Amino acid sequence: MSTTSTPAENGATNGATQRAGQGQAASPARPRPELPPAGQTPVSQRPHGGVGDRFRLWWDALARPAQWGVGVPFILLVALLPILNIPVLTTVGTNFGAVMAQFGMYALLAIGLNVVVGQAGLLDLGYVGFYAIGAYTLAIMTSPDSPWNVTQPEGWLSDDWAWLAILPVAVAITAMSGLVLGSPTLRLRGDYLAIVTLGFGEIVRLLADNLDEVTGGGQGLKSVAYPRLGVTEELPNGVFSAGNVGTTLSSGVWWFWLSLVFIIISLLLVGNLERSRVGRAWVAIREDEDAAEIMGVPTFKFKLWAFVIGASIGGVSGAIYAGQVQFVIPTNFNIINSVLFLCAVVLGGQGNKLGVILGAFIIVYLPNFFLGRTSLFGIPIDGNEIANYRYLFFGVALMVLMVFRPQGLIPVRQKLLTYGRELYVAARRALARVHDGAPPAAYATSAAASGPAGGGAGRTPATGTRPDGATDHDETTDGGTR
Amino acid sequence: MSNEPGGMGAGGEVGDAHLSLSADAGAPLAEKYLPGAGLDEPVLVDVTDVRPELADSALVDAIVAADRTVRTEVGEPLLRMEDVSVVFGGLTALDSVSFDIRRGEILGLIGPNGAGKTTAFNAMTGVYRPTKGLVRFDGQVLGKAKRNEITRLGIARTFQNIRLFNEMTALENVVVGTDARHRTSVPGALLRTRRHRQEERDAIDRSMAILEFVGVGARATEKARNLSYGEQRRLEIARALATEPKLLCLDEPAAGFNPAEKEALMDLIRHIRDDGYTVLLIEHDMRLVRGVTDRIVVLEFGKVIAEGSPEDVTADPKVIAAYLGVPDEELAEGDADAPA
Repeated sequence: MSTTSTPAENGATNGATQRAGQGQAASPARPRPELPPAGQTPVSQRPHGGVGDRFRLWWDALARPAQWGVGVPFILLVALLPILNIPVLTTVGTNFGAVMAQFGMYALLAIGLNVVVGQAGLLDLGYVGFYAIGAYTLAIMTSPDSPWNVTQPEGWLSDDWAWLAILPVAVAITAMSGLVLGSPTLRLRGDYLAIVTLGFGEIVRLLADNLDEVTGGGQGLKSVAYPRLGVTEELPNGVFSAGNVGTTLSSGVWWFWLSLVFIIISLLLVGNLERSRVGRAWVAIREDEDAAEIMGVPTFKFKLWAFVIGASIGGVSGAIYAGQVQFVIPTNFNIINSVLFLCAVVLGGQGNKLGVILGAFIIVYLPNFFLGRTSLFGIPIDGNEIANYRYLFFGVALMVLMVFRPQGLIPVRQKLLTYGRELYVAARRALARVHDGAPPAAYATSAAASGPAGGGAGRTPATGTRPDGATDHDETTDGGTR
Repeated sequence: MSNEPGGMGAGGEVGDAHLSLSADAGAPLAEKYLPGAGLDEPVLVDVTDVRPELADSALVDAIVAADRTVRTEVGEPLLRMEDVSVVFGGLTALDSVSFDIRRGEILGLIGPNGAGKTTAFNAMTGVYRPTKGLVRFDGQVLGKAKRNEITRLGIARTFQNIRLFNEMTALENVVVGTDARHRTSVPGALLRTRRHRQEERDAIDRSMAILEFVGVGARATEKARNLSYGEQRRLEIARALATEPKLLCLDEPAAGFNPAEKEALMDLIRHIRDDGYTVLLIEHDMRLVRGVTDRIVVLEFGKVIAEGSPEDVTADPKVIAAYLGVPDEELAEGDADAPA
């Protein structure tokens, strides 16, 4: 039948002739699957699975204000950890505040790397390069050893504000480097991309090592700027200065708090992206890049965005690092750091923002915990030795994890939609009802559901010809009679 | 229907492993054949609890209906293959193929395995570039357009081997399709601008309606990989519809379906066409093709050997020889009557 009529007319005539010609029972075009028998919900979906599931259920069921009500005190507690100095948690060999500051930086790096590796699925082995670019940008522009120093007395920028003023510059330059690295390399996939990024990380370090005039070469750059706040008589350089070695409020604690602010900002921004077209595009690319492109996702553009956003967050972390230690040298940006960052992401749970923060904590905290310890729970140990072998232990831990929990400590359950939460709540309620053994009261089951549906459950599908060929929702309701 | 599903599966005695894998099959049986598989029961959510308006099927149809300006009049060629050849090395997969897809019709593309059906499909959707010839779509030549741009122009497709985003829920899969029409990007999402929030809301409303339209609304919150085979096929159609195509290309959508499922799929395809879409259907099942298409194009060895209404094409001796085959008794008669 050639089609010169409108679609509607077409459908009517076609539908009628075809049905008459075949003389078959038509089933509604919108079949609904059968209700599952009670009590056969998969373990993984049962509301009372593991601790994590239970926590997630509880958290998801909370209203937004209640989530803030729980979240804010929790963040405060984490922020106060270095001050509370709990004996079991504190580190013996190093300043606990400094450890927490390092954790803050690693957490930022993990969040940034998670965007690239966890969400978009692009294996980046040269992430330390962005960290280095952030740190070196700050150092080159504020260290008196550098020819491009813009701070006083040679430059125009007041030392008090130099760190804060240069931070956006550092982020912009890191983002740009992400763009420069990404535009040629993101046409590659999988292993090839990993190798190219690995090379990038090394190139950045070698440049820092060899451009003696600008970067100071192996000598590094000293006296990098930091925020001069809280200047008192005891602390002439402010609380952020490395000279602040106070027992409770050392500079490390202040840097930790500063990085906490950046962590929260990046979590909010990355969360916004995740629950939008962008996050969905990333996950789609990770799942099946070709299918994503054919479904209209501009894959190259969004991969580039992932690189740029990941790089920017790494740049922030680098700038914090440079400010905190006030001294950058190339050896601090070895390729092994890239592996360590990746380790934090994989350990914590790729794709899960909170998981990777936990991963960063473990990576930073555990070696420092053992450092200088001579006994643990009364058992004599050589803590320094254990800390020295940290890479060995992380390697073993990763292998064990890959065998028993390949999805990481806190597996991902991404929320990719901003709205539509009510639907997921309804699903959970339906699940709970099924689990309790009571099928949802008024559930319309379709007449002839798709295929063997009816047969399997021992029901005979009703086969009724629908002369109109329409597909309405008022199908025969026999949900309760199974 | 002769082999009714109830009869096949009476008492849950379905022998086919594929059937017992389907989440709808009887759980005890699945457990018998596949230890632990009985736990794969679906979680269903009554969408109309959350979105009461979706109970109105006319409204669902209206939401799903294509709302795009199409330059081509109904019945005029929406897509024209003009003398298209695709050559891989020494192999000519498509040899000067020309045919039209008219707006508002369901066109069937059939042919034996290796005849070039999927290649033709890929030439249209930008996966392959024609070695020679033009593909003209709604007045535009699809020359060097990228694959995602072709989707934005209005050609959407499903895959012969299902390619869903498995770790995403059914709803999220469909929303990815609607994203093709979103105008906000990273800055809008970062700052949660008003237009972005509006687009997000609209996307979910439309996606829910589409899921309901294709019949998997109840599984909206389930991960795609947990859906049954039939549901996954429907979800692929939903995802393609979400991109608001002018032309929907279905690549063997009924592969692996039983007769009842095929019947339901035919209804769905007709329903999609009646909702204002143009459909291109590649399919092996002749009963389905004959039952649902308005016109059929037959390919063999990369060439069009017949084109016309289902009745004409299925009566065409060339098509019978190349693809349909002749029933044994007729063959015997034919041998007796006349030499080949």
